[in-house]
Amino acid sequence: MLRIEDLHVEAGGREILKGINLEIGDGQTSVLFGPNGSGKSTLISAIMGLGHCKVTKGRMIYNGIDITNLPIDERARLGIGMMMQRPPNITGVKLKNLISVVSKDNGSILKKAGEFNMDRFMERDINVGFSGGEIKRSDLLQLTAQRPKFVLLDEPESGVDIESIGLVGKKVHDLLYGDELCGKGCVSALVITHTGQILEYIGADRAYILNDGRIKCSGRPMDLLKDIRERGYKECIQCRMVKM
Amino acid sequence: MQNGKDVKEALNKKAAYGPDLDLDDYKVGTYTPDKMENIDEISDDLKKRIVNVGVTTCKSTRSGTMFFVDNGPSLITSDTDGLELLPMRVAAKKYDLSEYLWKAVDPGKDKYTSKTYLEDSDGYFIRVKAGKKIKMPVQTCMLLSRKKQMQNLHNIIIVEENASLEVITGCTTGKHADDTLHVGVSETFVKEGGFLKFSMIHNWSDSTHVRPRSGCIVEKNGTIINNYVILNRVASVQSYPVTKLNGEGASMKYSSICIGHDGSDIDTGCLVELNAPKTSAEIVSRSITFGGRVVARGKLIGNAPGVKAHLECKSLVLNDGGVTLAIPELESTIADVEMTHEAAVGKIARDQVEYLMMRGLTEDEAVGMIVRGFLEGGISGLPDELKKDIDDAIAKANLGS
Ligand SMILES: Nc1ncnc2c1ncn2[C@@H]1O[C@H](COP(=O)(O)OP(=O)(O)OP(=O)(O)O)[C@@H](O)[C@H]1O
Ligand SMILES: [Mg+2]
Repeated sequence: MLRIEDLHVEAGGREILKGINLEIGDGQTSVLFGPNGSGKSTLISAIMGLGHCKVTKGRMIYNGIDITNLPIDERARLGIGMMMQRPPNITGVKLKNLISVVSKDNGSILKKAGEFNMDRFMERDINVGFSGGEIKRSDLLQLTAQRPKFVLLDEPESGVDIESIGLVGKKVHDLLYGDELCGKGCVSALVITHTGQILEYIGADRAYILNDGRIKCSGRPMDLLKDIRERGYKECIQCRMVKM
Repeated sequence: MQNGKDVKEALNKKAAYGPDLDLDDYKVGTYTPDKMENIDEISDDLKKRIVNVGVTTCKSTRSGTMFFVDNGPSLITSDTDGLELLPMRVAAKKYDLSEYLWKAVDPGKDKYTSKTYLEDSDGYFIRVKAGKKIKMPVQTCMLLSRKKQMQNLHNIIIVEENASLEVITGCTTGKHADDTLHVGVSETFVKEGGFLKFSMIHNWSDSTHVRPRSGCIVEKNGTIINNYVILNRVASVQSYPVTKLNGEGASMKYSSICIGHDGSDIDTGCLVELNAPKTSAEIVSRSITFGGRVVARGKLIGNAPGVKAHLECKSLVLNDGGVTLAIPELESTIADVEMTHEAAVGKIARDQVEYLMMRGLTEDEAVGMIVRGFLEGGISGLPDELKKDIDDAIAKANLGS
């Protein structure tokens, strides 16, 4: 579904990603671990095509199409959808308006806002004054309206309280597996997580550790998470690099 | 009041702001336009123009209609209890209006007021009797029909004690009415406990110059909500209405939405004098510019204790090449006032555009959605027709590219 070849990306005048190679198959979910500042968000932003990430080398092939230089909206129309780590406030644009425009089902998603606990937010400006958890639920509602085929999630559980994590987890699950049209296995995902909490709700196939702009190792998500927890990133990477 | 000689001398007095115009370049428009019996008689072409300025031919949604063509009335309809609509010249003969005429606007202010005074111009006279709450809005439409002409109007609105009224006034030009000048003197009086919502929508030709001269006097606990919208290309607009909150607890809100196009010179804003205790005012101006010159002024003067007022001028600049100027001013003569202002001039935030594009909107659609939100955010209770116009104006403007 997505193949990334020797991707180099600059942000803020500095090279952040220094040659990423990554492949995610149809219906597969991959997980991205890595310490703060290692370049995880930069990588998924580059896949989405956000302007602050400048690709200086390499390419990205999505379903056979080279998307490296496509505008954001064309990538979205090809089925790529993203939840940002820190989305901007969109002052003056009501959540309801965006969702009606985005929704592929003539707005029947609007009736489901309650399922996301977002019914009270439909008349509010997007993200303006939203709490951390509200931003996540609002983004999930937007993504659900959008029905992407390839989902990029940047720490979907961060800032979500213990009671709401179940809701967020279920909605992420539905996003990946809930599409009645093609059933299980047609939506792919790349998910960034620090705690691994979200992995309790989705079945991830493969995990990668990103450090200093490079993918240092890969493995089964739960194994990697355990290693990182027990030994920290540095040792985990060293030990696995030897194995690789 | 000034004597006639002073006013006559003011015929040569330039306005404080805006490009100066030579009144001799324009012919005074006719005082006796063709009369209409019914607003349905209006031509299809004209119908489109007036709908664009908030005027509707649907009678059930308006409690009265006044249609002025050039300098005279063409149509007046109203049969609402407690509401009086008359041509100004008729009203001035029928009633003693000395406590209103030229009491909110100084005729010697500049050449435009002077000309209107000396012409003894006609205009609309709207009065709501004490205690009457008029449910549907009154609409007035001012049409400039011929090229090289000047329209001079003198309007008066009186909202008596505890009465309430909404007025929508749309100003536009007919086909081929190029190189024209609109001058409208409007004097508004809101008495104790009265309420007035006044929305003015402009849609002129690109060679029309516009010089409204407005003054409002609001008494105890009276409220005035003033909206001004200009979306289309115009040669120049210069307006700076003055509102005096003279009674305790009086309040006003002024909102304006402007789109500045290449070649236009728009200089608008308002001045509010808070002359009585506990009066309050809010001025919100939102403009976007593609070019040309857009000046957003606002001035609050606090002259009494317990005064509260806020002024906000925000402008989005979409192209290089134009000039955008935000001039907020606060002035106070006493200590116990709370007056604040906020001004911002900038471009559209790239990350916001990208966020919407991420959801599948094209760049133009994303910019349009943000601009629409920005403009509409300044005015609450904008009529739906107008929202559509804003959408159309944005669509036509071909943003983002
Ligand atoms: N627009 C930018 N301007 C300057 N520096 C940037 C920009 N975007 C990212 N960076 C830098 O690139 C590095 C990687 O950032 P990125 O957000 O990708 O990290 P991350 O792995 O997602 O970290 P975290 O776990 O904290 O979210 C950081 O040092 C960051 O400061
Ligand atoms: Mg990050």
